[in-house]
Amino acid sequence: MIHSLFLINCSGDIFLEKHWKSVVSQSVCDYFFEAQEKAADVENVPPVISTPHHYLISIYREKIFFVSVIQTEVPPLFVIEFLHRVADTFQDYFGECSETAIKDNVVIVYELLEEMLDNGFPLATESNILKELIKPPTILRSVVNSITGSSNMGETLPTGQLSNIPWRKAVVKYTNNEAYFDVIEEIDAIIDKSGSTVFAEIQGVIDSCIKLSGMPDLSLSFMNPRLLDDVSFHPCIRFKRWESERVLSFIPPDGNFRLISYRVSSQNLVAIPVYVKHIISFKENSSSGRFDVTIGPKQNMGKTVEGVIVTVHMPKAVLNMNLTSTQGSYTFDPVLKVLTWDIGKISPQKLPNLKGIVNLQSGAPKPEENPSLNIQFKIQQLAISGLKVNRLDMFGEKYKPFKGVKYITKAGKFQVRT
Amino acid sequence: MSASPAYSEEKGGSSSLGEPEYGHDPASGGIFSSDYKRHDDLKEMLDSNKDSLKLEAMKRIVAMIARGKNASDLFPAVVKNVACKNIEVKKLVYVYLVRYAEEQQDLALLSISTFQRGLKDPNQLIRASALRVLSSIRVPIIVPIMMLAIKEAASDMSPYVRKTAAHAIPKLYSLDSDQKDQLIEVIEKLLADKTTLVAGSVVMAFEEVCPERIDLIHKNYRKLCNLLIDVEEWGQVVIINMLTRYARTQFLSPNQNESLLEENPEKAFYGSDEEDSKDDKPDAASLVKRKPYVMDPDHRLLLRNTKPLLQSRNAAVVMAVAQLYFHLAPKAEVGVIAKALVRLLRSHSEVQWVVLQNVATMSIKRRGMFEPYLKSFYIRSTDPTQIKILKLEVLTNLANETNISTILREFQTYIRSMDKDFVAATIQAIGRCATNIGKVRDTCLNGLVQLLSNRDELVVAESVVVIKKLLQMQPSQHSEIIKHMAKLTDNIQVPMARASILWLIGEYCEHVPKIAPDVLRKMSKSFTGEEDIVKLQVINLAAKLYLTNSKQSKLLTQYVLNLAKYDQNYDIRDRARFIRQLIVPTEKSGALNKYAKKLFLAQKPAPILESSFKDRDHFQLGSLSHLLNAKAVGYQELPDWPDEAPDPSVRNVEVPEWTKCTSREKRKEKVEKPFYSDSEGESGPTESADSDPESVSESESESSSSSSESGSDSGSRGEESGDQSEEEEEEKKKKKKGKEGPRKEQEQVKKGKKKPPQDEGKGGSESSWEEGSVSESSSSESDSGSEAEESQSEPESKRRTTPPSSKPAPKASRKGTKEISLLDLDDFTPVPPQPASSPAVVSTSLVTDLEGLTLTNASLAPTMLSPVFSTMKTYELLHRMAGEGLSVEYYFNRQPFPPDPHMVAVQIQFSNNTESEVKNLRVSEPKLVSGMRIQEFQEIESLAPGDTASVIMGIDFCDSTQAANFQLCTHSRQFYVSIQPPVGELMAPVFMSENEFKKEQSKLTGMSEITEKLTLLDKCQSDHTIVQRVTAAANVSRVPCGADNEYRFAAKTVTSGSLILITLEQKEAARAHLTVNSEKMVIGTMLVQDISQALAQ
Repeated sequence: MIHSLFLINCSGDIFLEKHWKSVVSQSVCDYFFEAQEKAADVENVPPVISTPHHYLISIYREKIFFVSVIQTEVPPLFVIEFLHRVADTFQDYFGECSETAIKDNVVIVYELLEEMLDNGFPLATESNILKELIKPPTILRSVVNSITGSSNMGETLPTGQLSNIPWRKAVVKYTNNEAYFDVIEEIDAIIDKSGSTVFAEIQGVIDSCIKLSGMPDLSLSFMNPRLLDDVSFHPCIRFKRWESERVLSFIPPDGNFRLISYRVSSQNLVAIPVYVKHIISFKENSSSGRFDVTIGPKQNMGKTVEGVIVTVHMPKAVLNMNLTSTQGSYTFDPVLKVLTWDIGKISPQKLPNLKGIVNLQSGAPKPEENPSLNIQFKIQQLAISGLKVNRLDMFGEKYKPFKGVKYITKAGKFQVRT
Repeated sequence: MSASPAYSEEKGGSSSLGEPEYGHDPASGGIFSSDYKRHDDLKEMLDSNKDSLKLEAMKRIVAMIARGKNASDLFPAVVKNVACKNIEVKKLVYVYLVRYAEEQQDLALLSISTFQRGLKDPNQLIRASALRVLSSIRVPIIVPIMMLAIKEAASDMSPYVRKTAAHAIPKLYSLDSDQKDQLIEVIEKLLADKTTLVAGSVVMAFEEVCPERIDLIHKNYRKLCNLLIDVEEWGQVVIINMLTRYARTQFLSPNQNESLLEENPEKAFYGSDEEDSKDDKPDAASLVKRKPYVMDPDHRLLLRNTKPLLQSRNAAVVMAVAQLYFHLAPKAEVGVIAKALVRLLRSHSEVQWVVLQNVATMSIKRRGMFEPYLKSFYIRSTDPTQIKILKLEVLTNLANETNISTILREFQTYIRSMDKDFVAATIQAIGRCATNIGKVRDTCLNGLVQLLSNRDELVVAESVVVIKKLLQMQPSQHSEIIKHMAKLTDNIQVPMARASILWLIGEYCEHVPKIAPDVLRKMSKSFTGEEDIVKLQVINLAAKLYLTNSKQSKLLTQYVLNLAKYDQNYDIRDRARFIRQLIVPTEKSGALNKYAKKLFLAQKPAPILESSFKDRDHFQLGSLSHLLNAKAVGYQELPDWPDEAPDPSVRNVEVPEWTKCTSREKRKEKVEKPFYSDSEGESGPTESADSDPESVSESESESSSSSSESGSDSGSRGEESGDQSEEEEEEKKKKKKGKEGPRKEQEQVKKGKKKPPQDEGKGGSESSWEEGSVSESSSSESDSGSEAEESQSEPESKRRTTPPSSKPAPKASRKGTKEISLLDLDDFTPVPPQPASSPAVVSTSLVTDLEGLTLTNASLAPTMLSPVFSTMKTYELLHRMAGEGLSVEYYFNRQPFPPDPHMVAVQIQFSNNTESEVKNLRVSEPKLVSGMRIQEFQEIESLAPGDTASVIMGIDFCDSTQAANFQLCTHSRQFYVSIQPPVGELMAPVFMSENEFKKEQSKLTGMSEITEKLTLLDKCQSDHTIVQRVTAAANVSRVPCGADNEYRFAAKTVTSGSLILITLEQKEAARAHLTVNSEKMVIGTMLVQDISQALAQ
């Protein structure tokens, strides 16, 4: 299936290659470079490229292209999903999936790739199994290793691979047994010029951090499970229990993982927590324009909206912007034409406002389009859909775990058209 | 290999280039210069006997390989370390070896023996890894060795090794395709494997080696469907794709009857849909004689078992299920996939890109499916352009009369986007909407005309092109627009737009008689500077004008044709010559001249603007070929539905031998709950107690659908098949859990057994048919309504499943267990009624989960309480005479005694045969050997005459067969009684894998091993009886075993927990070796006696 993998950085250097079958020459990447050139923008490089003898399937993550070489028919999503899993694993192991991290840990990376694919077919992709095989580097361990000459390779044999719950390590022991769940909801919305909602929906995930000894069997129930419209599960969740009782019952993996992601049914009206007043206009033939944006809280259930950042991609004709903000600071990148306004908390008493003059290239025609505003925000202690965890029960182990649930609402793809 | 020198040169060159970055690389260190001598250092390090130095060297070498540098000259030094003790060094050597073996074949052979040794290692993981590396070395000489290793590994007892074998198959195949036939044999064998671990890998091998051998799948089809949910994600994708193809060859189209009735909105816009119209014709003709379509239960099974996977976190799995539903499901059911696909749109942009392409194809065929999610395809300014364009495609496909106004409003915002490619695409999309939906055509046209005054030339150009297409539909009404466009020729520079305008003017020159010649005049002036397509259109315009208005344009035309005659482009020269011949009358001009007007000014059909995704669905969705819209290498065509369904009985599986199931089944009962599988799960008593009736009925029907039941059932069913009513009655009795039920059933079983063997086959097929139908009906219950018709067509299944669903949960589940205990057993002793207090059978010990690797065919699942339960012997504690009317019996119920795990549970049953009440039944004054303990049962207050009562007491026998003596007191009398356990009851089964068994066995040799030779009687030859006899004699569980003629069992003594391992090896001519390994020699010896006695009986 997957023949080879090349990691390429933004400047076009191939800094890692791995072959699972016969070696494919690096020159195959030329087709990729060609496509990259044509696309102009990194985001627009087609993920699947057909070359005379191979197919290249690539993903772009953290400024790195993961380019895989395929020779025969294979579902493209299969490869894409796998490549993302590889990137996730690097992230998990090294804390970041960057070129330097990969170069610094090239041996571990190689060992990981070796274990993850056999002859191009995924073998072990569960982080729990991989960590049993190859221990992630820590500062302490690298110090110890350099003194004792020992290695990152697990001494024990990876029994996890043989288990029918491959996502969990066999022997887990903690002195403090804890289970944390973060209910994170993101509001995706498109707001039109007049402030009415064109499209809004809530996407949520429950990320868990489970540090429990032994083989705990958890069940998590919600006060209002009917809210969840479309759910996707970590493989550990028993589907049947969910179908019949709407209870999440599972033996968790060890450590951090995403338990479920869900969508709140689109029939429910989504409460939009902020509103935006904006005047962005460009004068004909005067090479300047007006910019005036005010942002305010609305329907936020008594919680403060914080971490507010407004990003605007200005038209190409914009040269510079002279603005004053009543709160927070703004930056304008004249190359990318991106205006970023970091506001922080919104207090309802004094609404943050940013206004001033936009300088346009002289002679250039007035831009037709108005830029849209992308807004980020965060509301702590609130799940905007109203989803509430009812209880968490543990079976199979005797100790009493510490349990915690945290709710956060964030802006997802939140866009205001002007 | 031949390429290697060139390669190394290239790498040598690049190594110095890469030098500045070299410092980043801790593994390479700073001490090495870029010259070739550095390898000497590495060689030295590799030759040292310090592991740390070797490791350091290997790390540097791997870092070199990772960067694509050549390290092949180190091969001899590295390969020496293949047998190194240090695991990490070893692994890195493997990495190196696999990378360079192909280039250094001779040297690579040196390492082979190490792997061959590894293949024999007792540890399964080492065997697997040896096979993995061995098969990855691409050296043709070792093909026979690989073949041998694969064959051996394919029958390894460890599923992990078998999985590795499956992985090795395509490797060998790519190395030497002559081995295909032998490999197919191995694949066939592995396909029959029942573990989830192997399933995905072997199907992958199947797809790579012999995708055409669809016949190999028949027998495994149901198993694959049932296992699917527990297979790892990547395997799921491969299996689902393969099963889609399989189903297309084996089942009938579920939509064949619907296509006539169904309203088909897309036809109105896209003409006739190919596939539908194909369906239509035979339908219209033969609708009368065609019998109503009934979905094959196996087809239904596939749809049902894949549906939960739509909830997978893995986008590839979701896509695989979506394409399966798209290609296989009845139209009414395809809708379920939309939600899942829309969910994927939140994922990474690459995933979005692929999913949108597939959605685009699907939305042409089944628009209704995505309509509710219209807004999810709205475009954000931050989306990458390629995503925007695909979303636009989907939006356009979804447009219809009701939503067009919203969509057009959306499009209006898009037109003002900064992304010009996207704006162009939007204009085309508007054009498509306008052609498809007549109502909005004028609105769209007006909108587009407004765009003609846009400042951006690209936008104008695109609008012109689209307007041209729209105008062609109704030119007469729009001469104003044409005039407007004619003016644009002065400004607009985009060739395509210019060409379009010229064509329009030429085509409709009669509508703009004044303007047309003037345009031609202007164009002829600038002719030489135009692009080729524009030139061609100028010639075209000239020709048309010449024909309609030769007075004004004759000279101009000649001028243009002369210019074209000397053009650089041969197409243009060619065209000019051709047109001149056609239109300019000369003496030589042929007959065609007369028809010139007809040729040029014929009515031209308006172009149909259609999606580029139309008709892509003849490729399997989700495939690479679909994405590229071209056949990729190795793509397997998705076959058309057959007209006649092939014989469905090919999928019937011979009844799996009961004995082979036992151990697995018992393990299953321990496996607390499977993940997802619906066939399991709710079957445990503890579970069903609180679950709703629906799930109980499901567990009920599932348990009866399990193949173990069908296995045992086969005899009786074969017998009964003719006599439906009898069976029905039987069924009812079972439900009432009357005592007669079991006996009768058992008789039948006996009868069935006596039947001549040729009946067996028939019985087998019968029962597996039933299996299908039962599962079918269970779905019809849970899926409510939609499949009601189907289940009616199968009255059998209906009858079987409906009654239990109305019963209260706990009863049903107990009856369930009962029912199972009734099956099969020929030496059945009537079981006393089950005490209500019987402890839960399911132990929630999850540790066994870990070991429970052999996730069996899920359909075996919930039949708990294997033969052990039913073969319990009853012993007399107090005879009726001695007890003055009170008779007491006991038996060992072989269940854990919850209050104290070290005690053996003894079920005691009192029956009062006196005339009067017996009161205060209790145990007193136990006289026990030291160490022995008794947990008394609760006093029975009173026992009415003729009544029976049953209690459980626990006795810790201290792993000895000495009797426990105690008094049994009533209100008036006391009796001295004693319970002496047979040795076989002093243990509890343990579940272990073959490897663990071997490991433990190797620890228990010498004194702890007791062997006896025995002769097996004729009737005792079959697996079935042997296992049954052994498990009857002792409370042990079977351990899976690779060899045919060997049986293994394992147990632990109840008190001390010491292992007891039993091996029975069948030799030739009815002889056998019985070996018992246990620390407890006494128990071992006695056990050997008991078992050989049991086998000799």
